[in-house]
Amino acid sequence: MTVGFVMLCHTALDRAAQVAQHWAERGCPVVVHVDRRVPHGPFAKLQADLAHLKNIRFCGRHACEWGTWGIVAASQEGATVMLREFPEVRHVYLASGSCLPLRPVEELVAYLDERPKTDFIESVTTEDVGWTVGGLDFERFTLRFPFSWRKQRLLFDIYVWLQRQVRFRRRIPADVVPHLGSQWWCLTRRTLSAILEHPERGAIDGYFQKVWIPDESYFQTLVRQVSSSVESRSLTLSKFDFQGKPHIFYDDHLQLLRRSDCFVARKIWPEAGKLYAAFLSNDRTRQAAAEPNPGKIDRLFAKAVERRTKGRPGLYMQSRLPNENWENGRTAGPYSVFSGFSDVFENFEIWLSKASGTRVHGHLFSPDRVHYAGGEAVYNGAMSDSAALRDYNPKNFLTSLIWNTRGERQCFQFGPHDNQTLNWFMAMDSNAQISVISGAWAVPLFHSNRNFGEIRMEAARLQKIEQEYLNIIRSAFAKSRVRIWSLAEFVENPMEPLQTIIDEIGPRQGRRLTEAPRMADLVGFGQFLQNLRNQGMQPVLMGDFPVGDDPKPKSTRRGRPYLVK
Amino acid sequence: MGVVSRYRLRLARKRWLFRAYRKRLELRSAASRTKRIKPDDILVFSTLRNERVRLPFFLKYYRDLGVNHFLIVDNGSDDGSREYLADQPDVSLWTSTHSYKKSRFGADWLNWLQLRYGHQHWCLVVDPDEFFVYPFCDTRPIRALTDWLDASSIKSFPAMLLDMYPKGPLDAQPYREGQDPFEIAQYFDSGNYIFQRNSRFGNLWIQGGPRARTFFADAPENAPALNKIPLVKWHRDYAYVSSTHMLLPRGLNQVYDEWGGEKASGILLHAKFLDTFAAKAEEEMRRGQHYAASAEYKAYKAGLQAQPDLWCKWSERYINWRQLEILGLMSKGNWA
Repeated sequence: MTVGFVMLCHTALDRAAQVAQHWAERGCPVVVHVDRRVPHGPFAKLQADLAHLKNIRFCGRHACEWGTWGIVAASQEGATVMLREFPEVRHVYLASGSCLPLRPVEELVAYLDERPKTDFIESVTTEDVGWTVGGLDFERFTLRFPFSWRKQRLLFDIYVWLQRQVRFRRRIPADVVPHLGSQWWCLTRRTLSAILEHPERGAIDGYFQKVWIPDESYFQTLVRQVSSSVESRSLTLSKFDFQGKPHIFYDDHLQLLRRSDCFVARKIWPEAGKLYAAFLSNDRTRQAAAEPNPGKIDRLFAKAVERRTKGRPGLYMQSRLPNENWENGRTAGPYSVFSGFSDVFENFEIWLSKASGTRVHGHLFSPDRVHYAGGEAVYNGAMSDSAALRDYNPKNFLTSLIWNTRGERQCFQFGPHDNQTLNWFMAMDSNAQISVISGAWAVPLFHSNRNFGEIRMEAARLQKIEQEYLNIIRSAFAKSRVRIWSLAEFVENPMEPLQTIIDEIGPRQGRRLTEAPRMADLVGFGQFLQNLRNQGMQPVLMGDFPVGDDPKPKSTRRGRPYLVK
Repeated sequence: MGVVSRYRLRLARKRWLFRAYRKRLELRSAASRTKRIKPDDILVFSTLRNERVRLPFFLKYYRDLGVNHFLIVDNGSDDGSREYLADQPDVSLWTSTHSYKKSRFGADWLNWLQLRYGHQHWCLVVDPDEFFVYPFCDTRPIRALTDWLDASSIKSFPAMLLDMYPKGPLDAQPYREGQDPFEIAQYFDSGNYIFQRNSRFGNLWIQGGPRARTFFADAPENAPALNKIPLVKWHRDYAYVSSTHMLLPRGLNQVYDEWGGEKASGILLHAKFLDTFAAKAEEEMRRGQHYAASAEYKAYKAGLQAQPDLWCKWSERYINWRQLEILGLMSKGNWA
């Protein structure tokens, strides 16, 4: 007993001839169907190429436009010829001209010999498939489709819409329970002849001729009526991308295909000479007879589809520029924004980088230049420190920085002096951890040696900017992790907030802070605020600093900020 | 996009095409082998001036990718480029001594040649210092890409210009004829690019790279555009609007995904910064035939005199397309 192949060909006929010859020479009869739209010349050449092989037949030709009945008619025709001409055939394998056998035919024959009554055909009810193109799964059985999906898409869509509006439904013949599945099957003589000699075949064919993409449903549906043992999977390795078109295999897939242990793969790029040479050669080292295992290939193509539909989070590039809120992650990784900390603490950046083990920048959005960690003039990804370049497109500046430093958390200082363009962007970014000591910008002013009139003006300006910033990050739409302390609140107990932030950044989890950064001298700060008030400015963001009740100078070295058990 | 602006774009496209038709008179055929172009051939279009030393590697690179025919306009070379090209069996050559600037930097000439010979072909439009890199270009010929694009109903393929530069002064290592220019210009900037949408034509406007970093840090809006759409399944109704930066109809510019996914894209490695650059900049400034009154070249000249090293410690050394893919400069999209 043996297996016979029905091949449906329409392009790359020389490759089809190569494969047909391969099978025929190894004792498997082949029936070749050539699309009627193929001109006479190439068809005659194919016939001539295969004329010397006694177990190859050509069957009547149908035009096989995608999604139409022609492909089913061709399969029926080919199968009929196969069953009639080659009585020794027990399994009929439907293949295409771009299929390639990955394992020696003898292994396929042996595999089928062990399963003489099994039909290999993917056959799933419409409720259970998620891969249908155009969202039409059950409706392809109940609507009419006189227009081509590829060439007359608009008419196709309008006609479907119209039928939905008037609730048109075709009657599905009794006994027909629609099933869908890959069009590449391998059926036993018994099952196939039962389908082809079905007493009501005329009526059933008439119905399926007007179903959309009948090649994915005709055999898949009928096999359920006549077969006793359906194994619902295809022996042909065939992967589809998100548009429903098959993935193509190239020379560089050779190892992957070798290891897949599948019997037949499609579709092969016709010019993949290495693949054809490797898999059609005689001296194939025999592999262990394993079950087909296309896992690796599945993963490869699943990743490709994911890249096409979701992309890499935080990447903005020439072929990925997502609209707002479609980014699938505005930035590539988590980062921390500190407002006011470097005003309250001396050398906060150095301390933070030691305590958290992350990269700590200065004011990245400072008006004079970009203050990268370590004062570098060029940073990761060859980013410039030019403020003009940064302000030309601040969003790309930040997203590039986070993208370039994937795997290393970035922290930077941000304040009311800086470019405020990105406030909404960062507030809406779930990767941002924003910590604010509100009103801390007043500390450098307090220490500055400027005229009080100037200080008052500056304080009013900065307060206004920071107020807007706070409103944004407090907004109900904000997705970032936001913590805000007033300056008064913070100096009261600085260690706890610091510990919380560090824990969240956390590459050295579990460690307690032993060294606090040195806090700026705040003696007289309450009086300073009172002076501002006296000048008619109302400082509100710092919280409550009573005049004269200066925070007691604390030692910079402390033990554990709080005890655990 | 309203009916009026769409109609305006249509008029603009017709105008460019008519202009190309008019400018055909400026071309003189020097070696016509266009009869050898077969229906499925992949074509390279290029316009050049005095690039003799680059040509052998340029032709070899694209022949190795599987390009079938070159259609080249020579704009008054006097260094033997014309004679060299006329001898190549797969090159059709035209010459023009007319103004490069007035032909919109060669775009009109190439629009005409594409209209005439590129219809229904995959056409790659590149300068002699641009080298096309696409996903899997080390294992699959360019026809694998175009077949896949055909099967996916994609008509245009983007490839951002990536400026390559050597470490040290540009003239430290002279470029020899036939040599791979990226043996010298090995480095590139991996992550300092800026992307904006052009609402009129629907394309992206990309800037950045070493040129923006060193020559245009104070005037970034003047930095040269790096967005390119060099590979198109051409139709005689199409027209390049400005170099290969954008096309009409504008649907062809929609080479990027706006809903979070990545479309497939490539890179044009730009071997501009070799020892030949200084001489070129000098000449182009004298001729004043380049974009925006050669402001770019002026900036280069000033910049090159001050600080001739484009290299910095974050410069990335070029390895292969997979590296560019990982860095996020190009993407495989759903091609696997």
